[in-house]
Amino acid sequence: MDYALMQRVFPFFLEAAWITILLSVLTAILGLICAMLGTAARLSRFRVLRFLGAAYVSVFRGTPALIQLFILYFGGPQIGIQLDAFEAGVIGLGVNVGAYMTETMRGAIISVDKGQGEAARTLGMSKWQAMRNVILPQAMRLMIRPLGVNLNTLIKSTALVAAISVVELTYTAQRYIGSTYKPFEMFLIAGLLYMIIIYVVGLAVTWADRKARLN
Amino acid sequence: MSAQKPFIDIRHAKKSFGTLEVLKDISLQVDRGQIVAIIGPSGSGKSTLLRAINDLDPLTGGEIWLEDKQINMDLPHRQYERHINEVRQEIGMVFQHFNLFPHLKVRENVTLAPKMLKGLTDAEANALAEEQLTKVGMIERIDYYPSQLSGGQKQRVAIARALAMKPKVMLFDEATSALDPELVEEVNLVMKQLAEEHMTMIIVTHEMGFAESVCDRVLFMDQGVVVEEGPPEVIFRNPKSERTQNFLRKHLAGQKA
Ligand SMILES: Nc1ncnc2c1ncn2[C@@H]1O[C@H](COP(=O)(O)OP(=O)(O)O)[C@@H](O)[C@H]1O
Ligand SMILES: [Mg+2]
Repeated sequence: MDYALMQRVFPFFLEAAWITILLSVLTAILGLICAMLGTAARLSRFRVLRFLGAAYVSVFRGTPALIQLFILYFGGPQIGIQLDAFEAGVIGLGVNVGAYMTETMRGAIISVDKGQGEAARTLGMSKWQAMRNVILPQAMRLMIRPLGVNLNTLIKSTALVAAISVVELTYTAQRYIGSTYKPFEMFLIAGLLYMIIIYVVGLAVTWADRKARLN
Repeated sequence: MSAQKPFIDIRHAKKSFGTLEVLKDISLQVDRGQIVAIIGPSGSGKSTLLRAINDLDPLTGGEIWLEDKQINMDLPHRQYERHINEVRQEIGMVFQHFNLFPHLKVRENVTLAPKMLKGLTDAEANALAEEQLTKVGMIERIDYYPSQLSGGQKQRVAIARALAMKPKVMLFDEATSALDPELVEEVNLVMKQLAEEHMTMIIVTHEMGFAESVCDRVLFMDQGVVVEEGPPEVIFRNPKSERTQNFLRKHLAGQKA
């Protein structure tokens, strides 16, 4: 192994890791927003909204994220959507992970005991008041861990945007391989940095989960 | 007394789940301050009838009136929601499995709805919670979480939570069925106390002794119909219907076993 080379390129990988983190954060935020809308749609009393929510989930979970990215980035201009690679990455991955998070949130909400909503409604609360004050606070605790799993998957799938040349960790590794012909070392650095990011996020999720359970 | 309009008036209630007919034309009148027990085998439709009264399981036919207001009115969705939320504030319900809000302390379990729906201030809501919890003997546990309470204590808090809305009627759906035998009495005592205060109550129960000592009237339901109704001493001591006799015989045998 070429340790000297690894040391030399490491700062550039660190910079790329920041891009991966930024990408992950923005994607997670967009994903959560999509998931809230998706969940609201799936639980709506309107059939059309329920159908749209279900269609969103099955389309985005039923096709490869890479194809979704390609359609958006390469196919977008054909239908008048011009995005730079980073924007396409965030939007493509965000909408994709939102579909998974929709199922996570919906699952947590419907697994809250039915008697909870009924007790709230018998006191005179509206559907929304019962949701907001009784069901969601309980569902929140149930969804932290599975959302953490979604987040873990999301961070790893940011590697896909290398395919539309966003200069994040995976793309950076590929670029240095082009000039150094040392794929083992380059991918090792990238993998190590991914692992650190995922480890830290995992700790945060565990911490949040424990805190939610305590109160 | 009999000249007066009934307080709760259930007229020809029908309910089907799909093709399953669960309530077949049930009528029931309850006067203000009256206490009615509903007994009957499991699956006979007792819960469904109780849940129809506050529209948790909407009827598929018939009418339910509370004083001069029809509960299951035919209204556009939004208006109906507003109407039913108001009606429900006047009807307290106690469930077999308590359904306390586990994420809230005892105090907040009681104050949540009055604050939200009646605009009580924190101070007013706290005073109300303390009053109701004192009444059910749970004031010392006001800062506990439901998970820290026994079943009997949970049920007493659930009763306090319902009472805090100052309902005109209380519905009990097997309030003591999920409790260990030694915890039943503390809940029964609270219900007896409500009876002494002339709370109008409909009580679904398997405890014949309790029903006999507290209720003015007993309904025996089987397979979605009221088979027999009358004063407790008649229904329990001298039932006319063979179905009632069989049920009581089996039930008493079961209790002794
Ligand atoms: N939500 C529901 N969907 C379908 N069937 C139901 C539902 N609720 C109750 N039932 C059926 O209705 C019948 C009466 O149930 P219930 O009112 O709970 O009886 P009880 O309280 O007397 O034991 C039972 O056969 C039960 O399976
Ligand atoms: Mg029942």
